[in-house]
Formats: sequence, structure tokens, C-alpha cells
Amino acid sequence: MTRHVVRLFARYAELFGNDQVDVMLPSSATVADVIAALRELPGGGSLPASPFVVVNMVKEQPAAPVKAGDEIALLPPLAGG
Amino acid sequence: MADLMLFLTSQPIDVQALAAFVHAPDRGGVVTFAGLVRDHHAGRRVLSLSYSAYEPMAEKVCGEIRREAESRWPATVAMTHRLGDLAIGDVAVAVVVAAGHRDVAFEACRWVIDELKRRVPIWKRERYADGTEAWVDPTAPQGIVEVMK
Repeated sequence: MTRHVVRLFARYAELFGNDQVDVMLPSSATVADVIAALRELPGGGSLPASPFVVVNMVKEQPAAPVKAGDEIALLPPLAGG
Repeated sequence: MADLMLFLTSQPIDVQALAAFVHAPDRGGVVTFAGLVRDHHAGRRVLSLSYSAYEPMAEKVCGEIRREAESRWPATVAMTHRLGDLAIGDVAVAVVVAAGHRDVAFEACRWVIDELKRRVPIWKRERYADGTEAWVDPTAPQGIVEVMK
């Protein structure tokens, strides 16, 4: 099992009560596993059907792998400009 | 040149200074877009708002947008987005494009601001006159998700 830090922003940081959370995942984990772990946390039930996850600042699909040391972030729908 | 340029600022945006970045004697068509903070949204009067960002990724994506625009069009592009607390009428975002001709400048400027809104990880929290506050969310009903207090 590997501990991954997931960075949170804006509405999601308020939802989870922090600007980052830890999730424990098996070593061959995917973005889908990260999302599933987040849904189990307090506040996680409010996440949308297809959350926007970036790994090392690149948007990734659920099947994408995550490895130790990757910078993972969960982004609410964008609202800049 | 200016991959040293930073795209995010916490200071008031100086649109004229941004225009100076793209100035060149052979680029006579300069188009500027400025997005200002409006006093209304979702049927409510807005008192003020705050922008926040995933800053390293926002810088990276702005750089990508600029490079893509400059490879698609014969144009020079500059953009800045402000973060932090803004008041009604403040410039939140500015895009300036200089090209040899106005057709290119208008087209590229429109594309850049549309891409910025679509891809840059920035979020907006609004404070309303009725005491409520909300995160702007283009995917939500009325475009906002109210903050529960």
C-alpha cells in the first residue's frame, strides 16, 4: 500500500475541510482508485460522477496509473476568466 | 523569450503594460480583451469576488495556450489573470494580441480567452448583496454552487 496526497482546491477544499487529503492505495493504483478512495471520505459523497483529476498537472482519465510521488489534484469545474 | 513571463498576479492588472509585451513595429493590429468583475450573476447583486488557482498548473497551461496561439497564428500573445480579492469593475483577466493584420489579432485573441476559460485551473467565489456566497460552477444550475454557512 502506498500513501498518496491529493491536493484539493476551491469548493472541494471546503467540502473535505482541507487543502489536501491522504489516501492509501495499492502499488498498482489508477486514477479511478483515487476517486473511489476520495468518495469514502467525509464529504466525498458530493463528488460528481466524473471528477476532474490531474496527475503531475495533466488531466488524466480513470484508467491512468498513479505512482508514488505523483502530484495528484482534484479540481472542481473551472471558473477562470 | 518570455517563457519567463508569469501569467498570474495578485496586483491590479496594467493592461497598457501588458500591451507593451506584444508591441513590435511590424505588428500594427493590436487587440485587447479585458474581463472586468461584474456587479451581477445568477440573478443576484455581486458585492465582490475572489479568485484562487492551482498556481503551478495555471502558469503551465497559460504558457501552453500562448505557445499554441503563437504557432497557429502569426501573432504575439500576452495574458494575465488576477488572483485574490477583487472589487466590482476590477480587471480580472486581460489578453493582448499583436499581429500584422486585424483579422489575425481578433481571431487569436478570441481563441486565447476561450481556451483560458476552458483549461486554466482558476476558481471564482462570489459574495452577494443578500448575504449569500457561492462558487461559480458553469456545470451547476444557475452556474453557481452556494456555500452553506
